[in-house]
Amino acid sequence: MPVKTAFIKLEDSCDSRRQMTTLRFLSDVGVIPAKAGIDCGIARAADKWIPAFSGMTKLAAVSGLLLLALSQPVSAGERGSDRQILHVLDRLAFGPTAQDVDHVNAVGIDRYVAEQLDPASIPEPPELSERLAALDTLKLDPVQLFAEYGPLRAVDGVKPSPDEQKVRRQRSRIILQQAQEARILRALYSPRQLQEVMVDFWYNHFNVFAGKALDHLWIGAYEQEALRPHALGKFRDLLGAVAHHPAMLFYLDNVQNAAPGSKGPNGREAGLNENYARELMELHTLGVDGGYTQDDVIALARILTGWGLVPPNSLPEKGSGFGFYPARHEQGSKHFLGQDIAANGEAEGEQALDMLAKSPATAHHIASELAQYFVTDNPPIALIDRLAGRFTETDGDIREVLKTLFASREFSDSIGGKYKTPYRFVLSAVRAAGVPVKNPKPLLAAMARLGQPLYGCPTPDGYRDTEDAWLSPDASMLRVNFAAALADRKLPVGPEAPAPDDSPVVRASVTADESIDATPLEKLLAPVLTSSTRTALAAAPAELRAAMILGSPGFMRR
Amino acid sequence: MLPLGGSAWAAASDGGPKRLVVVMLRGAVDGLNVVVPYGEEAYYTARPTIAIAKPGTDNGGVALDDHFALHPALAGLTPLWQAKQLAFVHAAGSPDPTRSHFDAQLFIENGTPGRHATADGWMNRLLAALPGPHSPTSAVAVGPTLPEILRGRVAVANLPLGPAAGSALVIDRPEIAGVFDRLYVGNDPMARAWQQGRAARAELIAELPEPEAPAENGAPPPNNLLAQAKRLAGLISRDRNIRLAFLSLGGWDTHVRQGNDKGQLADRLRPFGDGLAAFAQALGRDWDDTIVVVLSEFGRTVKENGDGGTDHGHGNVVWVLGGGVRGGRVYGDWPGLAPAALYEGRDLAVTTDYRSVLAAVIGRHLRLPDRALTQIFPSFAPPHSDLDRIVA
Repeated sequence: MPVKTAFIKLEDSCDSRRQMTTLRFLSDVGVIPAKAGIDCGIARAADKWIPAFSGMTKLAAVSGLLLLALSQPVSAGERGSDRQILHVLDRLAFGPTAQDVDHVNAVGIDRYVAEQLDPASIPEPPELSERLAALDTLKLDPVQLFAEYGPLRAVDGVKPSPDEQKVRRQRSRIILQQAQEARILRALYSPRQLQEVMVDFWYNHFNVFAGKALDHLWIGAYEQEALRPHALGKFRDLLGAVAHHPAMLFYLDNVQNAAPGSKGPNGREAGLNENYARELMELHTLGVDGGYTQDDVIALARILTGWGLVPPNSLPEKGSGFGFYPARHEQGSKHFLGQDIAANGEAEGEQALDMLAKSPATAHHIASELAQYFVTDNPPIALIDRLAGRFTETDGDIREVLKTLFASREFSDSIGGKYKTPYRFVLSAVRAAGVPVKNPKPLLAAMARLGQPLYGCPTPDGYRDTEDAWLSPDASMLRVNFAAALADRKLPVGPEAPAPDDSPVVRASVTADESIDATPLEKLLAPVLTSSTRTALAAAPAELRAAMILGSPGFMRR
Repeated sequence: MLPLGGSAWAAASDGGPKRLVVVMLRGAVDGLNVVVPYGEEAYYTARPTIAIAKPGTDNGGVALDDHFALHPALAGLTPLWQAKQLAFVHAAGSPDPTRSHFDAQLFIENGTPGRHATADGWMNRLLAALPGPHSPTSAVAVGPTLPEILRGRVAVANLPLGPAAGSALVIDRPEIAGVFDRLYVGNDPMARAWQQGRAARAELIAELPEPEAPAENGAPPPNNLLAQAKRLAGLISRDRNIRLAFLSLGGWDTHVRQGNDKGQLADRLRPFGDGLAAFAQALGRDWDDTIVVVLSEFGRTVKENGDGGTDHGHGNVVWVLGGGVRGGRVYGDWPGLAPAALYEGRDLAVTTDYRSVLAAVIGRHLRLPDRALTQIFPSFAPPHSDLDRIVA
């Protein structure tokens, strides 16, 4: 079953009827003038923090007011303390913005969590939709991407020259650039923050490396088609979407996995390839201690023979690119995880995915990863057991597991307990500072220099999310350097100064007239600053204060 | 502080400190195609399309002895072999049976196969055991993050060695760094990382070369293995405090079409071998005091799989290079590739624990006593073997 693409969702969210309903209501209650505009770019700069995204800022703010207007006023107790609000925004979102804090203040933490668990209920700002719509490769499915950007094929027996192939390869780089830009824009500006946080989580759980041969064609489509639609859905759907996607089939070599003695996808004699089968159990489902054996790895590889890609010489006009090829599928029954699987072609694979998704080992594995990601590097067994129990009870309903997690004492008690990954550090700094981003390349370069290039993890285990993995002497230097550059507006994220593709290090000088205003930043982040940071800030020169806040120990954690 | 220490250390040879460089090939390099058992027909039977041809034939391996040959893409290392500064230990590896990359790498790095919970890496424990004063750059990990192998209580430095390694940063300005020094006081992990970063940077910034400018045609400066090897050699030569260095290289997980004398594996091995040779040459006289050990988490299946690749296996080959190595020979007990000799019927068996190789190098080259070795590799007693003589 092909999944609905997130692109279509975006169009849905820009649905003018919903926009108009919202706007009409807002004008009715007098929040904005009735004639402020019915199109997607309604509001003018109202907040000097995010001038480039003033429209969305306003929309986010007014949607908060809207919810406030619809519900009973929230008491101080329900609202949560300032520190608790930042805690929730540091975990369910990529860190606080001034607007998010206002919104949570208005609706209360419980309401905010409920909204985030239901991303479809949150309209996406038209500015974001417009910017995403401009990224045209995101509109293509895997077959179209291959046809448009994949290696050139011989025409009438004439092979393309190496130079022609090289030009073609260079042209295809736009796909990765646009996928990266889309990811960064959504992470910075989508009000569906938890969805984007879960995209980060699942991408690392089901990692695919853009640098593996053809995978640079498909990583964006993979994220949009296989991961984002199921980020808060049923685990079995997510697992199935990943297992059928060209990006994963190619990355872990299952396209090459064929019955011994059969003809492989390229017509040559082929045989088993264990790569995907092993990682499917070790990383995607059961976990390394999940009780499978080498014989199970081989059995699963046999079950998955024939799961591959439509061959380039018979491409349809469009499509997912997945194909099941019975001639490559190993005949006969298989014995997998203690069960006999009757010979049944492609359905054997579905049966195996069902078994893996239902296994208590998988529930435990996913539960412990979620607890580590959202709570603490070494989560307590009791919490993992509770989450795993919820996973099993709800047949792998990720939304329900997260609901249990966010309501847990362990979650609310874990304030500041996580060290930010480079990805989160960079995103949270830009969000807090409110620096408008037209050109995300300097942010991508900073992530890469800190060891976490986006879509650039070569190994299938993805990036880790622990302090051990990221805290290092070099990282400490570079994070502070990034904070200083950002605070001084020396990061060339504006439209006028595009950064070179691979500028690896951000250099900056600090000057008083350029640096961002530290006063609202200090107000926003005060609850995470330590007392010694506050003391040092009081004595520091004004032009260094914003850098100090973004480079402070408190801001390195979440 | 005892009066021996630094000066006694330095006096051990002609004034240069003894160095150990560890290279981890992440992803499990195919050791049977690195040091090829060309004397065994079983090797050729198991690998109809990916075997390295016998020495003396077209595209054949480089003969090391009458049984083993080097992958032809590693021909750049033959001068070191001939100078007896390069040795291999075959059928070496971890006693743990896992075929998970990630567990196996952890066990190589923490030095306690089968045990996840070990809190530090064996190179950090080694650093703690080294006599003499420690400097912020006594141990350096090449790269933007700290690997497991160097994690632990003793301060270490890390830095990537790309073309921009020597670039000035805004925090190099004392008035700015000073402000942050006041934010990172104390002894918590973040404060320690900051203090270590500052101390290491103060030392390294003087030793790092100027950032390399783009070539005249605007091409970026090279960031390949060869360039990084030369930068590391330059850094080690200038910074006399560096005793331990670690770097890792990925891309060895060749499940599909790994090739033989040409192809993916050859394309990865060639720059690596050339980089090691360039590293040795760039060190000059310091090469006499340096040993490089190359490890990988496990080996790969003896038989090629259905796709001209190899899957996860067990035993592998460990490389040992240095001016003071008794090289020019392949160490270890070769179990052979007969079906009955294979681990679980499919993989090269492990007859030498990787820790035996490291213990021999650490004990002889870095001159640490046995009791230090038991701290570095707890619950491990290396058996006496030929390896006792691998370091001159």
